[in-house]
Amino acid sequence: MPSFSHFFDTLISSKGLFIDAMMVTLELTVVSILIGIIFGLFFALLKISRIKVLGYISNLYVFLVRGTPLIVQIFILYFGFSGIFLISDFWAAALALAFHNGAYIAEIFRGTIQSVDKGQMEAGRSLGMTRSTTIRRIILPQAFRRALPPLGNQFIIGLKDSSLAAFISMNELFNVATTLGSNNFDEMTYLLIVAVYYLVLVALLTLAVSLFEKKLAVSDR
Amino acid sequence: MSEREMIRIEHLNKSFGDLHVLKDINLSVHESDVVCLVGASGSGKSTLLRCLNFLERKDNGNIFIQGDNIMPKTHDMNEVRQRVGMVFQHFNLFPHKTVIENIIEAPTVVRKVSKAEAIAEAKELLKKVGLEDKADVYPSKLSGGQKQRVAIARALAMKPDIMLFDEPTSALDPELVGEVLATMKELADEGMTMVVVTHEMGFAREVADWIVYMNEGQIIELDRPEEFFENPKEERTKEFLKTTALK
Repeated sequence: MPSFSHFFDTLISSKGLFIDAMMVTLELTVVSILIGIIFGLFFALLKISRIKVLGYISNLYVFLVRGTPLIVQIFILYFGFSGIFLISDFWAAALALAFHNGAYIAEIFRGTIQSVDKGQMEAGRSLGMTRSTTIRRIILPQAFRRALPPLGNQFIIGLKDSSLAAFISMNELFNVATTLGSNNFDEMTYLLIVAVYYLVLVALLTLAVSLFEKKLAVSDR
Repeated sequence: MSEREMIRIEHLNKSFGDLHVLKDINLSVHESDVVCLVGASGSGKSTLLRCLNFLERKDNGNIFIQGDNIMPKTHDMNEVRQRVGMVFQHFNLFPHKTVIENIIEAPTVVRKVSKAEAIAEAKELLKKVGLEDKADVYPSKLSGGQKQRVAIARALAMKPDIMLFDEPTSALDPELVGEVLATMKELADEGMTMVVVTHEMGFAREVADWIVYMNEGQIIELDRPEEFFENPKEERTKEFLKTTALK
């Protein structure tokens, strides 16, 4: 095990490289979660559609994503996409992560949409609103609010999962840590350093999510 | 009493799976009539009411609203529902919207009324139900009776010709029942055509023009309130009145 002072000195001296890598990790996570939310909402709406075939398509998507390892999905999308058209490493990784996160987010939305009391739909319809207007104006705002805690959780999972983008040579946190570690014959120090970066990021995210939830809860009253 | 027919039901049948909940229902409601549907739970009265604004799909039979034979395939249900307001047992207010936002939602979105006009109308309605000071409050801050009065105002904001009430006081604490019934009575006095599913026999007796007693999916007795309560004709009605007399 490295000594504490060695760990601390390395933490300080490597911070430039790690902060650059952290920005890549954050970009990758934010982009993949935002696109994942769009995917998730789309497939959740397919799932609650009255057209059965659309529901099956949504089921298939969730089945494929949940049934295969993320690293396999990343490799398939990375090699698949780069074979078909030019795509940067960043976007290959981001789209693979978005595709993956989207399935879990679809399940989150499906659950919170279905948790909204069916009386809300009836109230909307009884006032002459169409089904789609009622979903958009009455059901979804309530479902979104309920989705925030699990979405925050998915954000944290997505942040950590983005480390797998190292395997398609993205210079994100984990890749930088292993590269520096092997170059300096000091793997353990750099792994502990990268763990600290992940912990701090997750702690900040957790705080941000809880502040956001509190803010929304105010308008609930 | 006007002779204009607002609702006419002919040979209406409805089943849920094997359960035949409405059996050959025939009923006519005229303009400004207040009709109370009474009967034990499971007698089909709520299902009948929900068929009238097509939240439940009839199996067969005809439902005429203001003379139009409403067919779900050919009619715009959303247009029909604008003519038939509904108040629910559990209020079903939109919890993410304030009281005034609840009321202006459908007028602005469906009737395309300007927001300013909708707000002005909503304030009038809130005054009418005695809640003008609650406009900017969220529903979770209201008592059950206040919630139900907001729900009535929300339904009225669509300027319906008919109002349906599905056990509007059944979810309320006893001390809050009176304020909702008073609001409904006021509406009846203004000449609104109303169909009310209720267990409040006092209200039915005082406000209704007609009482419909249902049992096991059938209309057993249809009568004026004084006749219904003083001189019921059917054996099952007498039995029913005995069980409710204590309440």
